[in-house]
Amino acid sequence: MTAAAQPVTSGSPDAMEAAGRAVRRNTWILGLLVFLVALLVFTKLIQPNYGPTGIQGLAVSAAALVLAAVAQAIVVISGGIDLSIGAMIAFTNVVAAAAMLKADDQTGVAIAIGVLLLGLLIGAVNGALIVVTRVADIIVTLAMSFVWAGCALLVLSVPGGQADTWLTSLASGSVLTEWLPKPAVLVLLVIAIIWIPLRRSRLGLSLYAIGSNQLAAFRSGVSVGRTKIISYALAGLFSALAGLAVTANTGIGTPLPGGYTLTSVAAVVLGGVSLAGGRGGVVGPIIAVMILSLIRTDMTFLNLNSNLATVTQGVILIVVVMFGSLAALRRRRA
Amino acid sequence: MSSAPAAVNEPRTSAAQTVMRTFRDRPVVPLLVLLGILALAFIGLNPRTNITEWVASTLRAAIPLAILAGCQTIVMLTGGIDLSVAATASMSAFVAASLLEQQGLAVAIIVPLVIAVIIGVINGIGSGVFRVHPLIMTLGMGLVVFGASNAWQLLTVKTSSGVPPEIRQIGSATVLGFVPVSLVVFVPLALIIVIGLRRTGYGRLLYAIGDNPIAARLSGARSWQVLVVLYAISAVLAAIAGYLISGFTNVASVTLADSYLLPSVAAAVIGGTSIFGGRGGYTGTIVGALILTVATSLLFSLGFPEAVRQILFGLLIVLVAAGYARVTGET
Repeated sequence: MTAAAQPVTSGSPDAMEAAGRAVRRNTWILGLLVFLVALLVFTKLIQPNYGPTGIQGLAVSAAALVLAAVAQAIVVISGGIDLSIGAMIAFTNVVAAAAMLKADDQTGVAIAIGVLLLGLLIGAVNGALIVVTRVADIIVTLAMSFVWAGCALLVLSVPGGQADTWLTSLASGSVLTEWLPKPAVLVLLVIAIIWIPLRRSRLGLSLYAIGSNQLAAFRSGVSVGRTKIISYALAGLFSALAGLAVTANTGIGTPLPGGYTLTSVAAVVLGGVSLAGGRGGVVGPIIAVMILSLIRTDMTFLNLNSNLATVTQGVILIVVVMFGSLAALRRRRA
Repeated sequence: MSSAPAAVNEPRTSAAQTVMRTFRDRPVVPLLVLLGILALAFIGLNPRTNITEWVASTLRAAIPLAILAGCQTIVMLTGGIDLSVAATASMSAFVAASLLEQQGLAVAIIVPLVIAVIIGVINGIGSGVFRVHPLIMTLGMGLVVFGASNAWQLLTVKTSSGVPPEIRQIGSATVLGFVPVSLVVFVPLALIIVIGLRRTGYGRLLYAIGDNPIAARLSGARSWQVLVVLYAISAVLAAIAGYLISGFTNVASVTLADSYLLPSVAAAVIGGTSIFGGRGGYTGTIVGALILTVATSLLFSLGFPEAVRQILFGLLIVLVAAGYARVTGET
């Protein structure tokens, strides 16, 4: 791997080397991208009229999951794991739908902002409990998933409520060309607006620091507890965004958590974020979600039982992670 | 975790610390006290309950949970977790029900067990040989098993019918008026697990691997073999729990045991097994499963809606886990 980039060619060696370094550093993401493109080509082959509408459908179905995966990625990068994401999505989803039932557009916007704040708050509660009780992340968030799911049932005991028209209009349509679905652009924009400044800030560095070595981070002056609470609060914020995406997509609030939690863990791992923390980003998980969603679509095109899509997702998850850890083992041996 | 200040703790021997140490070494004692309080609260609030009947129904509901929590306990001792138990349990119940008519009872019981062993061996190879994180490995395996049982369901066009009558007997009948038959299955299993963990070399290996995997390897433990066997045992236990659940509820569907997954982890944690491995045991887990079951029926009898029950359930888990963290001084 390292040898290939060493020989200095004519022209601009620095630029070449930099490019080589960038490729090496992002092998996993590039591999995912190649896989995604191959999958799109495959989709086009088996379904020749796959076009803008197909992309649109992909964007709509993947929007909430992409946001959930980003939420999970932030927590995993900082060395934790959040099993309450699905419940938080359900909670924010029903709060939004129930509050918008008899609201005009102005109040609707206020409600959406309130829901995002609620997400931040419940995420921060998760984080604070982990820091204060010193119980393992996985246990606390597992227990809190019951709490948030219960809260969702308190708000709406059966599916109901309503989404404002401005919100549902965000989940359809396209921007500039018909190949750019509006929900996809919006989701990526929101993630970019929050993540890029964060990643470049001191806080972003602290997130990676506590994920990679908590003690070292502590000794170099990072406030571990505060950073941890912030990482869970951010996960709550992105879960609330996912909850709004679900509201926009379905038009109602459903108090039962979907399969978002476990799928988000799968997407994060496929996306090259180490469960040990401190490594990875949000781009990989986003591509991974698109791959997982596209596989589901392809299965329907192939007229295969959609349950086989679940099997395939599981197999891909296992095989990819096995491959990854085998590569890691070999690297260590070499 | 970031317990830099905690390291300064000097060993002092006060009365409080002796109590704390007892709690740490014998977590079953305070757990039994908690269980007693919950049970007394239930009986006090429902004075007209027929106690023997209530105990029998509680046991019947708690036993499948206790077995699934047993899967989590033995796996958590090595620092792992098994998220495929719910899918495996549902699979075994469903496949047994679907095979019963054409193949007879023996085949209907044995085939799911064989499938379970295969599932477990794959889990073990993944986490033992390929070093995939057990959370991911069993999560993926759970997806595979769930999807495959769904596909099998469509293939056989059978939704939920025909729980074998023998299994229904084991799951829901009682002997002598109050002893649930499922105890007959559970007691030997529990004894095997408890004694196996405490007295056999294999049981000690589990603790050793969970406590310090490198030390275990250097002292000659082949951890991958231990893990392959371990996950196979866990899957077989899950399959047995699946039979009991389907017998208890008289339903065999592919989502039958889904609602048991998170409580099974919770019961093991409440029972004092550390999710990081190396600490815990099965007796605590059994009490943990009983606590969860009694707490559920207590909340139910108080007339709380489902929503409030879930919230209190979650808070109970956090509280007990926080109590452990405080007592043991580790995370």
